Amino acid sequence: MVSWFNIFREYLPSFLQGAAVTLELTAVGLLIGFVLGLGLAVARTYGPKWLRVIAIGYLELFRGTPLLVQLFLIYYGLPSLGLTLSQTLSAYLALGLNSAAYQAEYFRGAIQSIGESQMTAGRAIGLSRWKTIWYVILPQALRLVIPAWSNEPISLLKTTAVVFLIAVQDLMAKAKRAATDTYDPISSYLAVAVVYLVMVFILNEVLKYLERKSRIPGFEMESKKT
Amino acid sequence: MSQPILTIKNLTKKYGENVVFHDINLSVNEGDTIVIIGPSGTGKSTLLRCINLLTRSDAGEIWLDDKEITCKECDEDKVRQHIGMVFQNFLLFNHLTALENVRLGLTRVKHMNPADAQLKAMQELERVGLQDRAGHYPGQLSGGQQQRVAIARALAMDPRVMLFDEPTSALDPELIGEVLEVMRKLALEGMTMLVVTHEMGFAREVADRIVFLEKGSIVEEGSPNDLFYHPKNERTREFLWKITELYGKKDTEQGNG
Amino acid sequence: MDVASFLKYIASGTAYTIAVTLIALPSGLVIGTLFALANVYGGKVIQRLTALYSTIMRGLPPIVLLFILYFIVSGSINLSPFWAGSISLGIVTSAYQMEIIRGAILSVSGGQMMAARAIGMNKIQAIRYIILPQTVRLAIPPWSNEAAIVIKDSSLVYALGVPEILRRAQLISASTQEPFLAFTAAALIYFILVFVTNRSLDALERRLRIPANP
Repeated sequence: MVSWFNIFREYLPSFLQGAAVTLELTAVGLLIGFVLGLGLAVARTYGPKWLRVIAIGYLELFRGTPLLVQLFLIYYGLPSLGLTLSQTLSAYLALGLNSAAYQAEYFRGAIQSIGESQMTAGRAIGLSRWKTIWYVILPQALRLVIPAWSNEPISLLKTTAVVFLIAVQDLMAKAKRAATDTYDPISSYLAVAVVYLVMVFILNEVLKYLERKSRIPGFEMESKKT
Repeated sequence: MSQPILTIKNLTKKYGENVVFHDINLSVNEGDTIVIIGPSGTGKSTLLRCINLLTRSDAGEIWLDDKEITCKECDEDKVRQHIGMVFQNFLLFNHLTALENVRLGLTRVKHMNPADAQLKAMQELERVGLQDRAGHYPGQLSGGQQQRVAIARALAMDPRVMLFDEPTSALDPELIGEVLEVMRKLALEGMTMLVVTHEMGFAREVADRIVFLEKGSIVEEGSPNDLFYHPKNERTREFLWKITELYGKKDTEQGNG
Repeated sequence: MDVASFLKYIASGTAYTIAVTLIALPSGLVIGTLFALANVYGGKVIQRLTALYSTIMRGLPPIVLLFILYFIVSGSINLSPFWAGSISLGIVTSAYQMEIIRGAILSVSGGQMMAARAIGMNKIQAIRYIILPQTVRLAIPPWSNEAAIVIKDSSLVYALGVPEILRRAQLISASTQEPFLAFTAAALIYFILVFVTNRSLDALERRLRIPANP
């Protein structure tokens, strides 16, 4: 027990640097995933047939394969197609594309729970289909999705921990460094486990707070995904 | 007078500060049908659960035949085999067919051999008139049918006493009759029964004794005739008046003769 | 590298991936189910401990846990990376499976337990004959999801040097200088494994479904 605490103390500055990178990765992945995921959800629900097929194919492929494979495909594979990305950019892209597939499912659930009647109501006052989606459906969907969606940031934070395998200097990379330096892998990984737990705990509290703040009584989806 | 089969002595149940019932004394003779009536929330259901040891009482004793069943070292699973219980919301095992529901206790609790259990279970279903629904799952049966299967399930264990906890109050009006009919038949066959119900017609017609429970204690008990037509206590009179208003007058007027 | 040996190479990697999954998933199910039962039916202390286990295990990235467990397991008993990795992955998934089983147990109504006790069953019998059979049916859809996650997470043992699909793909990519093809092939295999698993469990769920269950 003493040894992991010693490592924790000695490597704390390094771990904090790594934790910052981990949070950056989470934030960027979340943002890319949000924009793309929302687009996918709308395409999947309201798009013409060919677009729906593409959206479904995307969702199935990205949710049916490991993030690690997606990461390697982008970092090692894309250069042979003439697109070379840095380690960090590759990680951003892989996390974003991956998270988009999961976020799209949350958005789709919210959009579907709003139902056809709001679309009918929008069309009835003369809004076009896309304007109804933009001004009527999405504002409601984005509010409804919050409880379910609030699982995603934590899930993504945990997912980021594999990017050290393409040498991105995240928290896990610092742990590996400490493990090699100290010849004590168990204590090193235990020390960063504590850092991860603290981050997850704080993020969880923040999300719970935001969720409470944004709640509108009587306006919610039937069941919250747990 | 026959031998008391079930004796309740000074039974008390509390949830924290809240007294559900207090100092209940009741004795049930073999073959008797006792109907317990009273406003909701007066501990009728809890009393039945205490008798079946599904809820632990806080003080007092319950005796079944010549044995105390509330003692610390009593085997409650053994006791429950001798006391059948029918619940308000049926509580059939959702993943089993009607026949399997009735058979399960025979094979798993009584360790009867499968062939005998099958036969016995089928007989019990016949007893409640549902032999042709043996292969149906609870979700495929009407509420009335589910409750009759639940009665068959309890009967299969050959209980000494049957407890009914508002067996018809979750049913649509047109389904109540078939369940009461089965219960009436059981009473005639000499089953000892303790029934909590708001069905005053059934109470008047079938009960040997009616017990009026209010605010956790027995206010009055007596024959249907005494209680319905010559209640001694003002509260009994009030309750019966209210419930007659609620459930229609014709119930009390019939049989007035 | 010719096509035949390429395929053989990939296939043996697939066998490793399947083997890791087939060790991790059931061991996680056994631990998860025991913990779920302990959490729902156990005393206060046991409830607290199992809840803490679940919170900590699910609060950590799987790869962090995998590394910790791997070094603990392989340090205390002499096991190959394959076995140590598979068992560790089983412990990682156990907390998630615990939550799936716990949720399913809790959604079987409390009345079912009472009805079972009322016909004289003891607690163990009631769990065995009444609660668990219904739990299994309710748990299949979320469990199918977890099975897919374990298949995908089996790629993490790559980092321990187990020669599963991803490790093979990397070696092929290095030797053929065709990284895009190699990793696409790996992705495709994972996809097929996940797809087949989900479809089979869907079919199982339909077969076990209780007619007209509310």
